[in-house]
Amino acid sequence: MNVSQRSLKRLPALLVVFLFLTAAQAGAKDYGDAIVSASVADARNLIPMLASDSASAEISGMIFNGLVKYDKDLNLCGDLAESWEIREGGLVIVFHLRKGVRWQDGQPFTAQDVEFTYKKMIDPDVRTPYAGDFERVKSLEAVDDHTVRVTYKEPFAPGLASWGMSIVPKHLLDGKDLNTTEFSRRPVGTGPYVLKKWKVQEKIELASNRDYFEHRPYIDRAITRVIPDESTIFLELQTQGLDSAGLTPLQFSRQTDTAFFKKYYRKFRLPGFNYTYMGYNLKDPRFADKRVRQALNLAVDKKEIIDVVLLGFGQVSTGPFVSQSWAYNHDVEAAGFDPGRSRALLAEAGWKDVNNDGWIEKDGRAFEFTLVTNQGNEQRQKTAQIIQRRLKDIGIRMKIKVVEWSVFLSEYIDRRDFEAILLGWSVPREPDIYDIWHSGRTRQGEFNFIGYKNDEVDRLLVEGRRVFDQGERQRIYRRIHRLIYDDQPYMFLFTSESLSVLHNRFQEVKPEAAGIGYNFIEWWVPRQQQKYTILQ
Amino acid sequence: MLNYIIKRFLGMIPVLFGVSIVSFAVISLAPGRFSSLDQAMNPKVSAQYQMRLNRAFNLDKPVHVRYFLWLKDLARLDLGRSFVDNRPVAAKILERVPVTVGINALSLLVVFLVAIPVGIRAATKEGGAFDTATAVFSFVMLSVPAFWLALLLMQLFCIHLGWLPISGLHSLDFDYFPPVRRFLDVAWHLILPVFVSSVAGLAVISRYMRSSILEALQQPYIYTALAKGLPQRTVLYKHALRNALLPIVTLAGLSIPGLLGGSVIFESIFALPGLGQLFFQAVMARDIPLIMAEVVLGALLTVAGNLIADISYACVDPRIRYK
Repeated sequence: MNVSQRSLKRLPALLVVFLFLTAAQAGAKDYGDAIVSASVADARNLIPMLASDSASAEISGMIFNGLVKYDKDLNLCGDLAESWEIREGGLVIVFHLRKGVRWQDGQPFTAQDVEFTYKKMIDPDVRTPYAGDFERVKSLEAVDDHTVRVTYKEPFAPGLASWGMSIVPKHLLDGKDLNTTEFSRRPVGTGPYVLKKWKVQEKIELASNRDYFEHRPYIDRAITRVIPDESTIFLELQTQGLDSAGLTPLQFSRQTDTAFFKKYYRKFRLPGFNYTYMGYNLKDPRFADKRVRQALNLAVDKKEIIDVVLLGFGQVSTGPFVSQSWAYNHDVEAAGFDPGRSRALLAEAGWKDVNNDGWIEKDGRAFEFTLVTNQGNEQRQKTAQIIQRRLKDIGIRMKIKVVEWSVFLSEYIDRRDFEAILLGWSVPREPDIYDIWHSGRTRQGEFNFIGYKNDEVDRLLVEGRRVFDQGERQRIYRRIHRLIYDDQPYMFLFTSESLSVLHNRFQEVKPEAAGIGYNFIEWWVPRQQQKYTILQ
Repeated sequence: MLNYIIKRFLGMIPVLFGVSIVSFAVISLAPGRFSSLDQAMNPKVSAQYQMRLNRAFNLDKPVHVRYFLWLKDLARLDLGRSFVDNRPVAAKILERVPVTVGINALSLLVVFLVAIPVGIRAATKEGGAFDTATAVFSFVMLSVPAFWLALLLMQLFCIHLGWLPISGLHSLDFDYFPPVRRFLDVAWHLILPVFVSSVAGLAVISRYMRSSILEALQQPYIYTALAKGLPQRTVLYKHALRNALLPIVTLAGLSIPGLLGGSVIFESIFALPGLGQLFFQAVMARDIPLIMAEVVLGALLTVAGNLIADISYACVDPRIRYK
């Protein structure tokens, strides 16, 4: 018996001791301290159904709860609902609500609040951007104080996730105009934190809700400072004025590679929920030819873009899902970088350099197009330049046009007046991508603005919405992933990682597929390391 | 004098009308559309939502109709509600006024309190060491971009020396401080921003003051005063200075609209909740009620600033009399 085997034998005993120690430690978690983070923009409206910006959503997410939420592995689990049943082939969802939950003003939370929230969601006078999913509900019935029965017009699988929409209190909002009520600045929810102070464009301070239904959060205060300038945020980190902040790839790899940051901060490199793509206008006869799109895809080296633009903090994207999602098809392999095959494909499609000027032509016309992207996103502009260079190598002249976001939307996207665009999507946890890829979603204001149409994808997208079984849905969405990548309606470029730092005095921070924030109420700071100790 | 002021007030009305019409037209004709920017690319947001918003904000009506609707509200002193968060525009502006006006007024005060004596001193010792030093300082400060200066100063005073806070107006625990400490806390936070925002003004005004004094000292009445044996100090402060202040008064008058104009970059860097950020975001979001409020306010202050400058001429310059 050698040494390692012996120590292996002893492992269970060690494990027990270890578990005992961690359990003892867990029992002694300290309350107190604050976490200070920065947001580049102030929140606008803390009524969740009206909050259309990420700053508001972030804050209201700590004050309110939905019926369901995503756990650390990105599976749906109960939040205000203890459990749910799917009946009648998906036509009916019955939610069993948690008992004993109270609003932050002490009133009990009941099924009436769920019904009220639903009614406001579908009220045409309430300016909520999120009505779509709820308009598919035929009726909602509060069976008793703790049971809600939702009946859909037809089975709608993404509907389940849509009940992650935060529930608002009926007793405070009944009869009020949601668009103008002061509740948007003084919200009352069921969540782990209570709004304490909101100084416009300065800071939002939340205090822990001691009666939170899971348990009292350990961190007493969560303060979000509004700092619009990213260099100021970084300077604040260097004086420990902020406990957490997002980082750019450059900051992550070089500027935080110092003794100071190693001593006080922990860096996190987490998979991103996004992808950046180059979208073609498929009405353009040149891009309508699948061979041309495949050729362009082969001509651009995605790894190069990731290395240059993201300093390596990203993955090659191969489709509309991200690799940590169950919908992602790991069998879809990126086509790779192959200018030779690219040229061959173009030649097959009739694009050849006939007059030997270095640019390819067809019927006497050179291959030339303009890529439009929005101002204010340096990564996209650099990406565009790399694509430009790579396409030049195969004889395609691409111009780059950078326009302001609002103009980009109204003049190019709304009017479908573009040849190619460089944009990104953020990828929601729920994989239903009907709105982006179905051929019936091409009108103005809809999101299939490239005009993609594939009958099988259309059929699968509809099916994916009707089926509730996750295994079955996985099969459907993986097939969709495969079909879309083969069609190349977008040139899928990359998924960028989410880079951040967090002060290292916070304990029990465990990165998972969902990121680090999923167990925020478990985070704690040992008493002697607490920094913000002024009592309330 | 009173007649003159009344006449000038009446004259302001067509100017303001003109400004509002032109601005409304320009904003409405500019490419781009109102959208809550973050949601514009959210597939969960239906096209009907944007249409509903357009209806709610009258964006489906022609420009002239919208202008008159806006004017009607304005007549009742209602600036409308912001498209972005549906709050009254007046409230959104008012809550930011103290910070912007406070910082601008403080820096204006610093500028005039420092620049005038500096200018005088430089002029009386023309070509001397002090004159040369201030000239170099002025040119350097005028050429340095404020944001860059701000970052360098932060690096030095906040990170290396740790004397000053980097950004914001209050410490995080401000609300728990006693009153005296609150006052000191705000003052401590204001040192850097006020300094950075006065630097350029300091450079310009001290130079103006210097050349203005030099010019005044060339005038024949100075020789007369000196010839009749008045002491140098009296000549300088009583005769030369009063005349030399004229252009400075003009500049002060012209700075009045600037009191409400916050700089976007400056406010971003110091994370100050001022008007610059508010209006910048309004323009990016095509938040028309807020943009119009700003334009009207700016026009009003400019016109008023000119009027005040004209009136103060009469006070400083004995040669100017209004009828």
